[in-house]
Amino acid sequence: MTVKPEPTAVGSSTSTSPQQAGDNEGMPIKTAKGPSLKDGGGRWGDSIFRSMAIAAGATIIGVIALMALFLIIRAVPSLQANMANFFTSSEFVTTDESNLRFGIADLFRVTMLSSVFALLVAVPIAIGIATFLTNYAPRRFAKPFGMLVDLLAAVPSIVFGLWGIFVLAPWLEPVSRFLNDKLGWFFLFADGNVSLAGGGTIFTAGIVLAVMILPIITSVSREVFSLTPAGHVEAAQALGATKWEVVRMTVYPYGRSGMIAGSMLGLGRALGETVAVLIILRSAAKAGNWSLFDGGYTFASKIASAASEFSAKLPTGAYIAAGFVLFALTFVVNALARLAAGGRVSGG
Amino acid sequence: MTQAALDKALKGPTFHPISAKRKAKNSIAAILFSASFLIAMLPLVWLLYTVLSRGFRAVISSGWWTRSLAGVLPEQFAGGVYHAIYGTIVQAGIAAVISVPLGVMAAIYLVEYGHGRFAKITTFMVDILAGVPSIVAALFIFALWITTLGFPQSAFAVSLALVLLMLPVVVRNTEEMLKLVPDELREASYALGIAKWKTIVRVVVPTALPGMISGILLALARVMGETAPVLVLVGYARSINFNAFEGNMASLPLLIYTELINPEAAGRSRVWGAALTLILLVALLYIAAAFVNRYLTRNRV
Repeated sequence: MTVKPEPTAVGSSTSTSPQQAGDNEGMPIKTAKGPSLKDGGGRWGDSIFRSMAIAAGATIIGVIALMALFLIIRAVPSLQANMANFFTSSEFVTTDESNLRFGIADLFRVTMLSSVFALLVAVPIAIGIATFLTNYAPRRFAKPFGMLVDLLAAVPSIVFGLWGIFVLAPWLEPVSRFLNDKLGWFFLFADGNVSLAGGGTIFTAGIVLAVMILPIITSVSREVFSLTPAGHVEAAQALGATKWEVVRMTVYPYGRSGMIAGSMLGLGRALGETVAVLIILRSAAKAGNWSLFDGGYTFASKIASAASEFSAKLPTGAYIAAGFVLFALTFVVNALARLAAGGRVSGG
Repeated sequence: MTQAALDKALKGPTFHPISAKRKAKNSIAAILFSASFLIAMLPLVWLLYTVLSRGFRAVISSGWWTRSLAGVLPEQFAGGVYHAIYGTIVQAGIAAVISVPLGVMAAIYLVEYGHGRFAKITTFMVDILAGVPSIVAALFIFALWITTLGFPQSAFAVSLALVLLMLPVVVRNTEEMLKLVPDELREASYALGIAKWKTIVRVVVPTALPGMISGILLALARVMGETAPVLVLVGYARSINFNAFEGNMASLPLLIYTELINPEAAGRSRVWGAALTLILLVALLYIAAAFVNRYLTRNRV
């Protein structure tokens, strides 16, 4: 196929196959025509579109800044009116506006205890699943199996809460009784400040949280595990390593950052989980003692529990102050996750 | 003596069979990894079974999908949740209308334009926004929209909080999809002298569209079940309210939370019925997303 170069057709014909180009010869050729290449001037569409895109990006930054700003603005008056120490007090009394007494000590304890417990339960299982999906499951099933795990993330948290308190808690009650009986000398399993009956304890809440954060830890670890260089794996195999040794010597060292990042993201989710914890945990009359069988409120569940009474400014500010602490906590945890992953973390 | 020593092989066999200890470790590891997958499936199956078996009766009762709870006594097995379904869909819908254009534009900025410090900060903030707990987003909207700007509690305020939760999901997903579009397509378009913005609007986005749509549907499914914003930002109504800007409005999570306090058997049945309805809605969106992904991606690059 020979194509004759046809200088006149450069600007005019957009979709010409070589054949058509050849047939063109008999047709009248456009004579009067402008320059074939226009300069880029007058493309105001480009600059408008570009500014719109930048504005959208800036909105996201603005939202985060506004969030911190407004939470602080609303919290400061209440913090000034606070009669108790905000960081060390475990009271949270906001009924009397002239005598506000609130502190986050108890909220912090319950939040940390339930989230860290959830993390300790979830991480080994999630890493197990990620290893299973990347190295053990038959290739054909790896994808559908992975989607099944992701389905756990699709279940609304209030449904997790319902299941946790009405179905799981009665099942866990004998387990917690056993742990309390046999290991009660250890502070985590000591008598808590709520009754074991019904299972409205940090123990139950932590296990439900663990189930809820499984998918995110799994998906981040899985992503990194699947990136293990084939050369590393093959080198280990050539040295005669068993499958487990391959995983231990190549996949885990390579994927360590992913495991850490995934765990941090999971921790962030657990810290901020609201309604499942609110439904499950029973409120306690007195402050707890770092036992898994305590009740009480986390930051998030405390705020949600008082949501219907948000009308007077000062008491509401007390909850907003607690909300700001939660915001700061999750900010730090998520930033750490990013740092661990060395850039983006793309967990759902 | 020396004769016997010479007869012996100088080297041991080159290949040793795998020792029993290593074999045992290997199989224990395999069992543990498979078991961890089964452990994760246990709560999923258990939870779905529970919701199905306890919510089934309520969902097939007459009027469940077509009536509200207006005038229904707490102990009465009657009425339905259509007012709550309406609320859930409207709140999520308004959130989508706001967050989809914003999120898509932000993603376009990050993929097509962003190469500097500002883009780096934006990605960082998207990650941070993705980690903001829903209750904090709700509190922020409360502090901004209701306390500072003085608007009343309404479904629209809920939608604003949902926008914050939906935005990072939309941005990330769109970003992934735009990155999948081959550069050759962009270059071909530029070679034809098409402006950059037109290339993006007419070539890049249409190519990535099915993936973007399915990602948006999944993001919608995620915000539909959010309970914290509705607890803080809107009151519960037992009857239908079509106006998103005024008055109380029910939604499925709020209905579940409210009926939890109802000690009657009818209340419990409504709780599980609403939970099943919510899961069905989410499942519907997941199926739609899978459908879009599967059938609209054909004939595309």
